[in-house]
Formats: sequence, C-alpha cells, structure tokens
Amino acid sequence: MKRFIGFIKKEYYHIFRDKRSLFILFGMPIAQIMLFGFAITNEINNVDIAILDHSKDVDTKEIIHKISASKYFSIDQLIEKESDIETIFKKGKVKAVLNFEKDFGKNLIKDGEATIQIITDATDPNTANTISNYVNAILAQYQKELNKDVTIAYQITPRTRMVYNPELKSVYMFVPGVMTIILMLVSAMMTSISITREKELGTMEILLVSPLKPFQVIVGKVFPYIFLSIINAVVIVLLSIFIFKMPVQGSLFLLALESILFIISALALGILISTISATQQTAMMISLMGLMLPVILLSGFIFPISSMPLPLQLISNIIPAKWFIIIIKGIMLKGVGFQFIWKETLILVGMTVFFIGLSVKKYKIRLE
Amino acid sequence: MSNDHVIKVEGLTKMFGDFTAVNAITFEVEKGEIFGFLGANGAGKTTAMKMLIGISTPTSGKANVAGFDVFTNAEDIKKNIGYMSQKFALYDDLTVKENITFFGGIYGLSRKEIKEKSAVLIEELELEKAANKLVGSLPLGWKQKLSFSVSLLHDPKIVFLDEPTGGVDPITRRQFWEMIYKAANQGTTVFVTTHYMDEAEYCDRVSIMVNGTIEALDTPKKLKERFKTDTMNDVFLKLARG
Amino acid sequence: MSITVSNISKSYKTVKALQHISFNVKEGELFGLIGPDGAGKTTLFRILTTLLIADEGTATVTGFEVVSEYKQIRNSVGYMPGKFSLYQDLTVEENLEFFATIFGTTIEENYDLIKDIYVQIAPFKDRRAGKLSGGMKQKLALCCALIHKPKVLFLDEPTTGVDPVSRKEFWEMLKRLQQKGITILVSTPYMDEAALCDRIALIQDGKILEIDTPNAIIKHYPKQIYNVRANNMYQLITSLNAYEHSHSVYPFGEYVHYTDKRTDFSPEDLLRYLESRKLSEIEIEKTQTTIEDTFMELAK
Repeated sequence: MKRFIGFIKKEYYHIFRDKRSLFILFGMPIAQIMLFGFAITNEINNVDIAILDHSKDVDTKEIIHKISASKYFSIDQLIEKESDIETIFKKGKVKAVLNFEKDFGKNLIKDGEATIQIITDATDPNTANTISNYVNAILAQYQKELNKDVTIAYQITPRTRMVYNPELKSVYMFVPGVMTIILMLVSAMMTSISITREKELGTMEILLVSPLKPFQVIVGKVFPYIFLSIINAVVIVLLSIFIFKMPVQGSLFLLALESILFIISALALGILISTISATQQTAMMISLMGLMLPVILLSGFIFPISSMPLPLQLISNIIPAKWFIIIIKGIMLKGVGFQFIWKETLILVGMTVFFIGLSVKKYKIRLE
Repeated sequence: MSNDHVIKVEGLTKMFGDFTAVNAITFEVEKGEIFGFLGANGAGKTTAMKMLIGISTPTSGKANVAGFDVFTNAEDIKKNIGYMSQKFALYDDLTVKENITFFGGIYGLSRKEIKEKSAVLIEELELEKAANKLVGSLPLGWKQKLSFSVSLLHDPKIVFLDEPTGGVDPITRRQFWEMIYKAANQGTTVFVTTHYMDEAEYCDRVSIMVNGTIEALDTPKKLKERFKTDTMNDVFLKLARG
Repeated sequence: MSITVSNISKSYKTVKALQHISFNVKEGELFGLIGPDGAGKTTLFRILTTLLIADEGTATVTGFEVVSEYKQIRNSVGYMPGKFSLYQDLTVEENLEFFATIFGTTIEENYDLIKDIYVQIAPFKDRRAGKLSGGMKQKLALCCALIHKPKVLFLDEPTTGVDPVSRKEFWEMLKRLQQKGITILVSTPYMDEAALCDRIALIQDGKILEIDTPNAIIKHYPKQIYNVRANNMYQLITSLNAYEHSHSVYPFGEYVHYTDKRTDFSPEDLLRYLESRKLSEIEIEKTQTTIEDTFMELAK
C-alpha cells in the first residue's frame, strides 16, 4: 500500500508541475462550454428574408407584419417577380423568400385554402430547415387566430410542441456532448500519454524491473485522472446550471454514478491505447483519430444518428459515447430515473468490463 | 587576414542574459587543418559552433568563417560550409540516392553535378548494391560514412562535425577517420566538436573549452607533453580539475 | 555464479541481435560487455533483467531463471537503463524517494550504500532532475538503482555522453560498490574502460568475440604493433595500405598502428619504403597493444 501511495504521489507531481497540460486540462472544458454555449448555435436570429407578394391584400399584409415583428426574421426587401428570386439568393444575404400566390386572401376566404411558397437557401441545410419550421409556426399561429371567430368544427390542425427544450436552446444539446468529449479526452488521452511517456523516458523499464505489480502501475497511473475527470464533470455541470441556467431535471447522484462509469470505460480505453503505442505522439494520434472523431461525428452529439446511413448507425452502437450521451441527456434534460436508462447503462457496463479485460490482457509484464 | 586562415575568431562572446556562455574566445584555424574543439557538456562548445556556422549572432567580438563575417554575411557562410552531426544525419525513409539528390539540391547543385557526384560517392563508399535501399536499413557505420560524404557534396571550404564517431565500432571509426584525413588532404578544413577525448587524439590541433573560455590550444602531442600524460583524456582531467 | 548465460539467441524480424551467447559472471565480479552501438548489449541486458524473452537458450540471475522466476529477479537486481531513466520533473530527492518506496524501502535504510555518491549530488537535492548535468544525472540514476540494496547491478552504457571527469569518478564508484560485495555487469562502447573491469566480453554484431581478463586478451594478440607517423597522415595511410607486407593499418590518434605480415619485420625496411613515397618526419616505434587493437583484429 505504501508503494501504491508513493506512486500516486509521483503522478500528482507530474500533473501539477506540467503547467501547460494543467491549463489545457481545466481551461478546455470551460472554453468548450462557452464556445458551444455562446458562439456556435442552432438558433436563428434576425435572418434576412425577402417577400414576393403577388396578392398584396389584407391577409398577406398581416402575415408579413407578423413575420417581421418576430425576432427571428427581418425583411430585407420586397421583390416583384419570380426571376428576382435567384438573383437575390446568389447575392447570399437573403436566406429565404416567401412567395404569396395571386389572390391569396380571396382564395383563403373562398376555398378556405391559400398557398404560400417558402423558398430557402439550403446551402446550409440546418438553417434552411429551421427557417421553414419557424415560418410554418408563424403561419399556423395566424391560421389559429383566423379560425377563432369561425365556428366550423372538426378541423384538424397538426400542432407541434417542442418538449424538454421548449426554447430550442442549443446549449442544452451541447452540454451533454461537450461533457462526453472532455471526459473522453481527459481520461483516455491523458492516461495513454502519461503511460507512453514512461516508455519513452525509459522509466517504464525500471518500473517493470521492480517489485511493483503491473496492476499497481496501471491503477496508480489511472487513479489521479479519475479525480481530474470528476472535477471536470463537476465544473461543466456547474457552468451549465449557473451560466446557461440549464435545469438539471434528474438526480445529480445518478448523473455522478453514470459519469464515473463512463470515466472508467474511457480510462480503460486509454490504457488500451498505451499498450499499442510506443511514443506519446502515437498515443495522441490514436486518441484523436480513434476516439475524438467518432465521439464528435458518430455519437449523436452533432449529427443525429437517425439520419445517418444504416452502416454508420450500426457503427455508432459500438461507441461508448453514444450511450453515455443518451444517458446524460435523459438525466439532465428529461429528468428520467434509472428505470428508463438501465439498458444503456448495462451496455456501457458491458463495454467497460470488456475494455478493462482487454487492457489487462494486453498489458505487458515485459517489453514486447 | 592571412589567406590560410579559414576561421579567424577574436574575442568572440555570447551572453544569455547575465550568463556568459562563451567568454571572449580567440583562435585561428588553417586551411586543410583538422581542428578539434573539445569541452564537457555545457562548456560552451555548441554555442560557439552555432555562432561560427551562422545560426546564432554573437554578443560581441569578431569572427570570420570561410572569408565571411558572422555578423554581416551569415548566409554566405552557410553556403560555404558542410555540417554533419551524429544526431541528425540523413533521412531514414529515403534511399541512399534520394538522400544524395535531396542534399545536393539544397546546396544548389545542378542535376548533372548531382548525378556525377552521386556516382563517384556511391562507388567510393562501395554502396553500389545499397544505392536504392532505404538509409534506415543500413548499418550505423555506413550511415555515418555516407552522411559525411553528403556533407562534402558541395565542396565546402570547411566541414563541421559534431561528435561524428561516438558509439561506432572501432574499424568503421578508422575508416571514417581515413575519410576525414582524405578530405583534409584535399584542402577541406575539418572542425570537429566533441566531448569524446579519444576523437581528439586524431586532430591536428585541439582547443579545450572549460566554462566558456579556451583553456588550452595546441597539438595533442604538445598538450600531452605539457601536462605530462599519455592520453588526451588525462589532459582533460587535469585541466578540468584545475 | 551470480549470472549464467547459456546459448542465448534473440532476433528482431530480420536482425539477429544476439547469436548463441554464453558466459558466466562470478559473485562480486565487475564484468564488462564491450562493444559498439548495435552489438546487442542492450538486448542482452533486457533479457537478463527479465524485460525480454530470448528466442533460445537459458539464463539465470542470482540463481533464478529469467523467464519462470522473473518476480524473484525483479526483487533482487538493480537496473540502470541506457538513457538515465529519471523523472525529469521530479527533484533529485523526490526521484530517490520514489524509487525507494516502490522497492519497499526508505532512503535512510540503505543510506550507507549510496552515501559516497549521494553526498556529491546532495547540494542539488531540490533541483529537478531535468536540470542536472549529464554527470549528475548519471550519479542520481546510480543512486536510484542502488537504493534497494540489490545483489546484482546492471548498468547499460552508464558512461555514454558523460564528460571524462564524471566517467572517471563513476568507475571509482563502481570499484567501491564491488568491494561491498555487489556483482556488477556493465556495458560500454569505450574500449579504454575495458581495462577497469575484472573480466570482459568483447561483443559485436550479436556475437561474443572473446571473454577473458583485459590483460589476457591483450596478451593473446599475435603481432607486435608499431606506432608510425609522418608529415602527412593521409598519404601515410595510403602508402602503408599499399605496402605489400602490411597486415593491418589503423589510424590511432596521432599515430597509425601498423602490423606486418612477416615475422622478421625490420622497421628500417618500412622507413626506406615510406621515404620512397616522399614522406618525411617519419617515426616508427614499437608500442603496447590495446584492447581496441585486439577488438579490431578479432572483428576483422
């Protein structure tokens, strides 16, 4: 035990004397959360649109007024003919054009049906999608007001309601993702680098030729990073609660347990990486390419898994981060209890056990 | 300046803040001489050499290398010297020929010159069979000999060698020194920095640096007589222990 | 026997690092493995310190078999790998303390063993190991390898990259450790260090050229060596190589070491020959054989 404590002490010296890594370790989570929270966002604000109004009646005026009054859109210009639409998109400023058909108001009253065309610049598909959703929402609102005085029953209008994140705040979506990335990075990359550093220095040779058991070396290496990861997780949660006023609906205790589970699986991955890399550089490359990219691209953090092609959807299943994101989204945003996420937890436990088993098996008591 | 002095250094000094790494050193090296520049790690050897090859500007003093002033014509110095170090020599993942072509190209040799020179070089080193092999697959001794030849490709006036033969087997080492003697015989000045004292025995003259100053400068024979010892190693021990 | 090596071979892919190596090291002996880089010294050290498994052959250290009883060996040997493996970001004292703890001991417990060496670095005990000079690092690494009072000490090229003063001090330290009953296996590429060992093995390209005491190895050299010098070194070497009776010609510091094929060699003949080649200031005199001469003769 004394040996083990001596080992941990040494690890703490390494970590706290390397000021640059320490800064990255604690600066990065804060920077990432801020970046995703403030700068990178899915919301739209004051998007420039153009109007092509063939009808110019009371109804179209009212709709145009409602749209320009919303904070999402600002009307850049009014155009007169269809052929202007393309020119205007090519200039790039205007992201959408609303095209009211001729006799819009008349048709609405006569047939109870009128057509408006929403043309969006889909070079940025996400924005285009959001714009058309927002316009639809405004139109639906107007329709509802119209129908208020009319007593025609049995009209079925689909209503969409965004739940759990009614304001569609993107920071709520990003917090679980960022937390996953940070934990992965700190746990897997930092451990693998710190183990390979000993190989590079040659100190691993001395550690191996000592009475220290391989198990002690590994646990001693991993132990400090469990702590650092937990501190990071706490910092991220606190930031999101106090700066972005994100409500954590579920049990913090459950959140902590699930996070520790994920940290352990990431540490096991880190050890695994260190067994296959001889230098710190390779360890870093493997961590970045092998862990970070899949976590960012395939975990559902940025791109929804359901819209991926089937092969990628299948691959996403073997990424621990995917399951962890589902779990923490559930706890943080939906406030669900363990009974709703036991399946995902079980998968994560299985993966963790597998990685630990593999890395213990792969860990060499000799040099090759 | 006499034409025979390819390196002429007077009161050359380099300070890093308050620390004087090289303290007013003065020496001259003749054309075709094998000059040993010795000193323990941290004695200031490397700093002094960096000033001579034009990659570090001296704090004060004068130095003329290959006819150019280190303050004003550092770029011209680089064109007229060769450099080889044990740490960096050649690219392991290029073949022998590719390495020669690359380094020839760096020093502005024409394609024809490169072709001619590499043919001569490969023949002299008896590397015909290995010409298209990766340098990384060659034995250490061959690599070092090749790397020395490559540093001479552009017929430099002076070639700087940084611990050229440490760790090489004794026979290869002799072959290496024969190459150095040959180059010197053809008029190339050879400037060897090393902390291996047995390398010093091969030089025409050696200077020994201790704490930034040159403490002794003479032929190995005279130094050994002066300090009444049999080896340069003992000369160094006596000097360093005061 | 403290170390026995019998018929050890080891290959990496196509490179034969060690080929049928056998030797024994007696208890309390200072045994040197002398050879250039790439001779297989480090591979042999790693096999003996249980870090690598040989392709064939067996070896024991302090009576324990290197493969099956590796745990016992790891408890009783000290190992100093090639590149002073210390934690650069830990201070001198922290390094020493760390290695003491992982071997389950304390600095105080074995202080008398390292005292001579440690007092030299003690003034810098709060300095980070990365900021020490080569000689200091070497001494600290030795202290770390000694802190658990090993029975056998493995030192892989401990003097490479260290200045002559530190080298000399280091060998003096080894002699003192040997007197305390520690068996020492040391490797070095410096031929001049061979004479400081009790017995040496000359090793090149994975093969042992000869094993004996340094004196005996020198005595085995079959020829009389002559120191030759002249006004022009390069022409001297070419001339000697072209001489029909020359057996070996090696530049050796300010001289050339020359041996002749004939048993009745007379220096006057050589002098006349060299003069005929337009050389002047010629000196020819008998000289002592060195380990390096022997090594080259055997490796030829």
